[in-house]
Amino acid sequence: MLSFTRWKATLILMAVFATMLLAVPNVMPQSWVDKLPRALRTHMTLGLDLQGGVHLMLQVDSDEVRRSMLENLRDDVRRVLRDSRLQVQNLGFQGNSVVVRLREGQNNELALTELRKLPQLIGGAFSTSGQYDFEVSRQGDSFVVAATDAGTRDKISRAVTQSIEVVRRRIDQLGTTEPVIQRQGIDRILLQVPGERDPQRLKAIIGQTAKLEFRMVDQSVTPEQALAGRPPADSVILYEEVKEGNRVVQQVPYVIQRRIIVSGEELVDAQAAFNAQQAEWVVNFRFNSSGGRKFAQATTENVNRPFAIILDNKVVSAPVIREPILGGSGQISGRFTAESSANLALLLRAGALPAPLTVVEERTVGASLGQDSITSGTQAAIIGSIFVLIYIFATYGLFGLFANLAVIVNVVMMFGLLSLLGATLTLPGIAGIVLTVGMAVDSNVLIFERIREEVRSGRSVIASIDGGFTKAMGTIMDANITQLLTSIILFYLGTGPVKGFALTLGLGIITTMFTAITFTRYLVVIWLRVFKPARIPM
Amino acid sequence: MRLLRLIPDDTSVPFMKFRPFAFGLSALISIATIIGFLTIGLNIGIDFKGGTLVELQTKQGNANISELRTRLQGANVGDVQLQEFGGPNLVMLRYGEQPGGEPGQQAALRRVRALIDADFEVRRTEVVGPTVSAELVQMSVVGVILSILAVLIYLWIRFEWQFAVGAMIATLHDVMAIIAFYVFTQADFDITSIASVLTIIGYSLNDTVVVFDRIREMMRKHKRMPVAELLDIAINSTLSRTTITATTTFLALLGLFFFGGEVIQGFTASMLVGVIVGTYSSIFIAAPILIYLGLREGGFGAVRSDAGEDGDGASGKAKV
Repeated sequence: MLSFTRWKATLILMAVFATMLLAVPNVMPQSWVDKLPRALRTHMTLGLDLQGGVHLMLQVDSDEVRRSMLENLRDDVRRVLRDSRLQVQNLGFQGNSVVVRLREGQNNELALTELRKLPQLIGGAFSTSGQYDFEVSRQGDSFVVAATDAGTRDKISRAVTQSIEVVRRRIDQLGTTEPVIQRQGIDRILLQVPGERDPQRLKAIIGQTAKLEFRMVDQSVTPEQALAGRPPADSVILYEEVKEGNRVVQQVPYVIQRRIIVSGEELVDAQAAFNAQQAEWVVNFRFNSSGGRKFAQATTENVNRPFAIILDNKVVSAPVIREPILGGSGQISGRFTAESSANLALLLRAGALPAPLTVVEERTVGASLGQDSITSGTQAAIIGSIFVLIYIFATYGLFGLFANLAVIVNVVMMFGLLSLLGATLTLPGIAGIVLTVGMAVDSNVLIFERIREEVRSGRSVIASIDGGFTKAMGTIMDANITQLLTSIILFYLGTGPVKGFALTLGLGIITTMFTAITFTRYLVVIWLRVFKPARIPM
Repeated sequence: MRLLRLIPDDTSVPFMKFRPFAFGLSALISIATIIGFLTIGLNIGIDFKGGTLVELQTKQGNANISELRTRLQGANVGDVQLQEFGGPNLVMLRYGEQPGGEPGQQAALRRVRALIDADFEVRRTEVVGPTVSAELVQMSVVGVILSILAVLIYLWIRFEWQFAVGAMIATLHDVMAIIAFYVFTQADFDITSIASVLTIIGYSLNDTVVVFDRIREMMRKHKRMPVAELLDIAINSTLSRTTITATTTFLALLGLFFFGGEVIQGFTASMLVGVIVGTYSSIFIAAPILIYLGLREGGFGAVRSDAGEDGDGASGKAKV
């Protein structure tokens, strides 16, 4: 047990040296790090609680996804039947399905055949599940087109993927560094923006769906008439919000046609600008060619009639068309400030979210608190470690020095591994490191106490040391594995800072086992060889 | 050099004689905890019940908490808790979950910030909505149960079932004691508290396993020794290690407690308590319980021997 082959010793020292190399970039000035080869630029990231930043958990509104899925389905059903010249008696929703009934004497068989063409394989031509998104059935003289569970899940999943893209484009435009945007669970998105100081601005940018539509104003009735009775079948009442600061002071009703002339999807660019003539902030936009054509046609046909620019179902403005707009570009005005016009332009460039996002969790740490936490965390770590080192030296003397060296190597190895994993260091993570320092000594304590027992039972120096290491081994394993189990569970269940704590604790347990079993033993063996001691000094 | 020895080398404390007293004390504490839990209750943080926490720093001078309290009535967010947090210019502001689901929380935060942004810098904001808080509760319960089960299974495989059960009872005892800490200090019980509970479970088990390991070893060597006497010897021979490890861990935590800043003070305080309780339970709960679980009757013997093959019993006999 006490013989170390040359290669084994080399391996141990190499492992220690390698992790040391991995840890070094954390403490080097940035200009030195930049000169290193890429593979050696390993470093830990500071958690949001240390460097400051915004953590938002966003949830995609799955009800909205479901609603728009059903609305699209209804439109498809209507289109399919119209294309086959079938007349519909009534068409409506029922739970998660669209129910349609034809007029008397219509060809129900033809309708069924046509409707059966609607369901699509989930995942398209490369589908692996073989499941369809809708199911068509006939109940008496009604047809039911129902969304399947798999189909709904697929729609939600795609809405999340799409939302992630849009969120990424929006955040990228803010020019912040290294945001984290990840899918969490079924319908969540985790957004972490380090260094961002203003969560309100971030939420304003994320929180808006930014669905832009150009629609005609219905002039067949006045808004007052529509409000008193009912708006025409193909129109709805939408409002313009007049704001003072952040407060809505007035809501102006408009009667707007349901038909969309052009939507925001056909925009290719949007920029905020100051219109000097009107002395107000505006957003200039440009359509793609098909959008430009549709817009040109609509404006040509409707000169001197008002159209409405609608953002997220609210009227931004409703200008009168003075002349046909043929160039494919235009201007949105509507009581903007410099900031709100810049935000709107940004949102239009990044595209609309498929469904609204809500903030279900927000955690923001200011840079000053982060800095304070780094300072106090480092200070506590150093002081706590010094306490431990002094106590161990006082208890075990020379062997205490061995143990202390092992503890220091242990901490360096932890930093090395954390850097290799590119792990995030959080304040509880620092606590985990300090706690590891306290507990890492345990393996050495187990060994040393065993050695002392062996000595007292009258064994020789070599036999005591050998016996101490051998007998403590099983205990070290059992004791550490139980602790490792709890930290693994904590790691999988925890989020954010708690995860960081579990990671450092778990890694610490692994490096502890390594240093106690190999490194301390190596030091003791060298001591035995060099000094050939007659007794053990503890 | 004279070395520091907290525990003399040849202790023979009759720990098993204390067991009626120890069980009585633990039962008393547990009953007090349950009563406290039901009457006073935990001071549950926003992680589990939803709500908002804002840490503020004055832009100038010290914070005037009573003025701030009056001012915040205008925000219409119900009962606002205000407290100084680590300095006269630092204030922690907390209020419960607002009506109106997730958007309601955000709207309330905007109202609050509108009232304070002029003279305070916001150092930290945490808003936990109703869906997330419910999930965190679920996750925490699952985590604690899973940890205990995982360790139970591991111990069952490595030892005998009596050890697994003994360790589990000791672990539950420790969890109870930490809950007592949170009930009687009224420190915030949040997600980091769960981390501290799980860490203490890990620490306490580590301690228990070391004692158990020695008990198992002694049982193989002394097949005819009465269980109580055997347990005493095992505990005494590991006592030095138990105290040294408890001391190092305690010292490390002490550093964190005094210098680690306000944010993790509750976390480290509960772990300080946990280290003491975990050490106590390994000696006074986990081991004595083995007697009641009929340790010897199961025919535990030299069937499995993965430790001490070379042992001639010298280390054990030396202290008998």
